This record gives sequence, structure tokens and C-alpha cells, in this order.
Amino acid sequence: MYDYTPGKVDWLVRQLPIEGERADRPTVGSLARDDVVTCALEDRAGEVRERVARSPYPFALVVTGARRMLLGRLRASMLDCDPDLPAEAIMEPGPSTVRPHKTAASVARDLAEKQLRWAIVTTPEGELIGVAGRNDLEAAAA
Amino acid sequence: MPTPIALAELERLIAADAQLVEVLPQEEYDDGHLPGAINLPLKQLTAQSAVVLDRRRPVVVYCWDPL
Repeated sequence: MYDYTPGKVDWLVRQLPIEGERADRPTVGSLARDDVVTCALEDRAGEVRERVARSPYPFALVVTGARRMLLGRLRASMLDCDPDLPAEAIMEPGPSTVRPHKTAASVARDLAEKQLRWAIVTTPEGELIGVAGRNDLEAAAA
Repeated sequence: MPTPIALAELERLIAADAQLVEVLPQEEYDDGHLPGAINLPLKQLTAQSAVVLDRRRPVVVYCWDPL
């Protein structure tokens, strides 16, 4: 006998196929887009600001390593600063994130309650998967 | 004691026709479970309830998370 010790949540966050009532429910992971601006700790605020201005999102995410471990967020308002400052100096460390297996409906509800527009989706280890917009989540859940 | 395994070994055992058993309560099983898994909630697990298992095939049990 074997024990799959990481458990069902490990299977779900990897977005592997499942059976049951939630099988047909869209997840936040399936709706996350991988087009958010990312930068490194040492990247200059001015360069990041220019990239954010051209992106669909009002922020950039600070990541590190090949696995894109999420370190922080740079809101557009924070980027209105000395352009030579490194991202590390102005970032908001450890932003709130959601796991990819959460249903679109539940995440949309949480975002609405907190009056937020975006959900940052990561693995339990902190690897960036992408960003999901509340509008997209609500549309998928409808 | 069951042998602890991670995903890679689980996938190998699934390919080898292992039986998957979710030991969570039924409502959690109904909400979503690994493909092909049966439900034997831990609180109801007895020698009688386990008779559904084929002793000739590997058995993999799982819960929600490692805790």
C-alpha cells in the first residue's frame, strides 16, 4: 500500500484532470494570463514603468530565478519615482496570491468583496503562473 | 505502514493499474477526486469496507494534503 502524501491539493494545483462536481468548473489557473510585466530586483524603476505603461495591467511583478519565484509587486503609482531606483527599493513584498485550483467563482467573489480587480496566481511554492482579472473570472463563472 | 510517494511515483503506479482510494469525507470526494479513485472515508474504513479492493493490485491512498 502507498500513501500519496502531498495529497489531492498537490494534484489540483498542478491542474491535472479530475472527476466530480468541480471537474467542469473553470479554475483561476485556467484563466490566468502570462502577459504581466515581470522584472528582477535590480531592474530600474524607469525601465519597468515604461513596460507597465504598455501592458494591460497597472503593475509589474518582481520575480527571481528560472522558476519565476514571486517576490513582490510594483504598482504603477510606486513606479512614479526616481527612475534609477531598483525594483527592490520600491516593491511591495509578498503580495497576496491564490492557488490555481481555486474555482473562478470563488476567487471572483473574494476579489469583489475586497474590491480588487486582479488575482495573482502562484503555485504553493511561490512560482508565478499568471494574473487573472476579475472580469474574466466572473464571465467564466456565469 | 503505507509507503509515502510523490507525484512521479503515483503516475507510475497509475500506469501500473493501481487502485486509488480517497479517504476524505464523501462530500469532498464528490466535489472532486483523482480520476478513477474510489471513496473510503477514513472514519468509515473497516475490514468490510476495504473488501472492494483487489488485493492483486497496488493500492494508493490519499488525503487532502500532507498535514
